[in-house]
Amino acid sequence: MSDERRRDGRRISERSEDAARAAMRDELSEDAEGALADREPGEQPPAGGPPVIELDHISLAFDQPILEDVSFDARKGETICVVGESGTGKSTILKLILRLLVPEKGQVRVFGKDITSLTFTEALEVRQKMGMVFQGAALFDSMSVFENVAYPLREHTELDEDEIEQRVREKLEFVDLDPDKVMEQLPSELSGGMRKRVGIARGMADNPEIMLYDEPTSGLDPLTTGTITLLILKLQRELGVTSVVVSHDIRSVFRMATKVAVLHNRHIEFFGTPEEMAASDDSYLRDFLGGY
Amino acid sequence: MQGYFALAGRALGFIFVRPFYAQDFVQQMDEIGVKSLGIVLLTGFFTGMVLALQASVQLQTFGATMYIGRLVTGSMIRELGPVLAGLMVAGRVGSGIAAQLGSMRVTEQIDALNTLGTDPIKKLVTPRVLAALVMLPILTIINDFVGIVGGNLISTLLVGIPSGLYWRTVWEQIASGGFLFRYIPNDFVQGLVKPFVFGGIISISACYYGLNTTGGTEGVGQSTTRTVVLSSILILVVDYFLTQILLSVLTP
Repeated sequence: MSDERRRDGRRISERSEDAARAAMRDELSEDAEGALADREPGEQPPAGGPPVIELDHISLAFDQPILEDVSFDARKGETICVVGESGTGKSTILKLILRLLVPEKGQVRVFGKDITSLTFTEALEVRQKMGMVFQGAALFDSMSVFENVAYPLREHTELDEDEIEQRVREKLEFVDLDPDKVMEQLPSELSGGMRKRVGIARGMADNPEIMLYDEPTSGLDPLTTGTITLLILKLQRELGVTSVVVSHDIRSVFRMATKVAVLHNRHIEFFGTPEEMAASDDSYLRDFLGGY
Repeated sequence: MQGYFALAGRALGFIFVRPFYAQDFVQQMDEIGVKSLGIVLLTGFFTGMVLALQASVQLQTFGATMYIGRLVTGSMIRELGPVLAGLMVAGRVGSGIAAQLGSMRVTEQIDALNTLGTDPIKKLVTPRVLAALVMLPILTIINDFVGIVGGNLISTLLVGIPSGLYWRTVWEQIASGGFLFRYIPNDFVQGLVKPFVFGGIISISACYYGLNTTGGTEGVGQSTTRTVVLSSILILVVDYFLTQILLSVLTP
């Protein structure tokens, strides 16, 4: 089974390795325009329009301050990567967008609507437009892979059994898993990379307009990391979803981000395109990029 | 304290709100009720036997061994049946619920439920509380019955009381407590209100500690321990006050 997976992963990475490598080289180059021109055809440059997700001067503290005056926004089709050292409140930002947490000051706006003042039930509705991929995938371990991916469909749609099965197959195929092989398995029988992919399939099952990822590549081998990164890119390019990715894997961040937000000392230290980040003279950013 | 009652309120409030998680409810009835049957049968049977044995020694000094049936029945139905079933279920089911919800919390599955637009209290807590409220009285009835049968066995084999006499004294005991609405024996009312309350105590304690688990796998262990300790203590303390209230209400 694990052999299967590895071969699977390699196939995907070979297919697009060259393109990805080229994209990465360009993204890292200081010539921002060159990079844009060289990106895969069909991809839109960061679209305009009103912001889909907006964090407006957010402050949050538990026992001590976690975030202070944090602002950034994501427009339709953008992939915002939030990077920073461990324990700087990166995952907290995702919880704020999901309204699992409420900020002390400031507003979180999703589709232009302030979600901080919503009731619990209203918040559940907003969350249905979002797909979240958790760090440990957070699959329900009492349910099979099929039931996991079908869960949001059963909760929120009126689809009948056939349609659900069809949708689940489609999503599992999208994340390069063989539906016939994995559908009846339990999450505990899957490898880490496969679990992440099932997590992505579950997150996108209800065709959300926003995808949120918490450390999608942490704890994975380099090949699987590449596979997951490409998946996130594929979601953005083919389905045009707006994504917020929390990560400290700079390499994959540069491959998928349209904008990077660097979190440092509870503040947004930098918010801009990867090209601008690579070109920056800021000493913290230089340190952060380290080997690159 | 506040969180505990808030959880209880919300869990019970969701009973009549759509969507219903009927499948989860049935599964929990199986988990809490059917799978606890073995230990309840075993503890009930031996408790009944030991009650008969002790009573026979005690009553022999007065030459009143024919009242063994009354003693066993009174103790089982009023006190030991509900309390023992409660304590056994607290140990077996309470710990299980706390461990399951605790690990779901630390592996972010609770957050995932929230994210997928499901209220975790509705999906996880309500079916468990409801199942416990239904199953604990049923388990108690079984416990009582098996205990009285165990008493029958000992009084026939060791004391030499005929079964017919034994069962007649059992009925005398039940009837002697008086009746509610003419037909329901007061002892039955007492013996069924208690496990209903204990079911609530066990399931809500377990869900409360489970959902509020922090600190990884170590936290799961702590939640489990706390659940069993708290629900066991609460069962014994609440039992006293419940008895006092019920006695004053039921006896005219």
